[in-house]
Amino acid sequence: MHSFGYRANALLTFSVTILALMCAIASLSDNLNSPSPTAQVQVLNINRFQKKTDGDDEVSMSLNVSANLESLFTWNTKQVFVFVAAEYDTPKNSLNQVSLWDGIIPSKEQAKFSIHTTNKYRFIDEGSNLRGKEFNLTMHWHVMPKTGKMSADKLVMTGYRLPVAYR
Amino acid sequence: MGDRSMGCLMDWQGQMLAEQLMQIMISSFAVMAFLGGYALDSFEIMLLVYAGVVVLTSVITVFNWPFFNSHPLNWLPQGGCEASKARVLSEHKPKC
Repeated sequence: MHSFGYRANALLTFSVTILALMCAIASLSDNLNSPSPTAQVQVLNINRFQKKTDGDDEVSMSLNVSANLESLFTWNTKQVFVFVAAEYDTPKNSLNQVSLWDGIIPSKEQAKFSIHTTNKYRFIDEGSNLRGKEFNLTMHWHVMPKTGKMSADKLVMTGYRLPVAYR
Repeated sequence: MGDRSMGCLMDWQGQMLAEQLMQIMISSFAVMAFLGGYALDSFEIMLLVYAGVVVLTSVITVFNWPFFNSHPLNWLPQGGCEASKARVLSEHKPKC
């Protein structure tokens, strides 16, 4: 601590190390939170169900996505990225996941929502397997922290089925 | 040394005090900032309080305030003991 520069350097190094420690503990404190989110997705209408000229099936549907993700937010949460994916199997692929809708929730106040929308991204199969197909709609969410480890989880909703014939 | 209130160097006791004060102030205030931010559910509050603490600590411990110089050192005069003994006619007493 002989001189001004020496003391300034020691102080800055120490304070940055303590800051890193505080951020690590803040990230660990997220584990104390036990979230209990709820979600529900309704398929309101199949708007279009066609086989495209290149041979792949395409579906356009209206969805009602509602969820309460407030319990995911802690003091260390920057935003929650949520998306709804249709999951089904085909002879060619044991699991197909097609993202239909996504959104970013920036704060706890906006975490309880109910959205009426058509699918944001196109639902196109790899082939022509969708007639009468039974599929799950899974809501995935990624909790993005201000500092530390990101966590992700999902909620599977089963029991959806596409029509047997094109329309 | 001399009469200036903020000289260039602290004395040894002052240096030890400055180092201890810096470490204790930053760590204890960091704990308080963390607990305050956690209780108020605001990460931003924790960072703002911590930034304020770091600035306050740097003002107190980095600058050479007079209270760091309360145990001044008695340096030997220039030239050493022999040189000052040789200055018989001088009014200064040799300090060794």
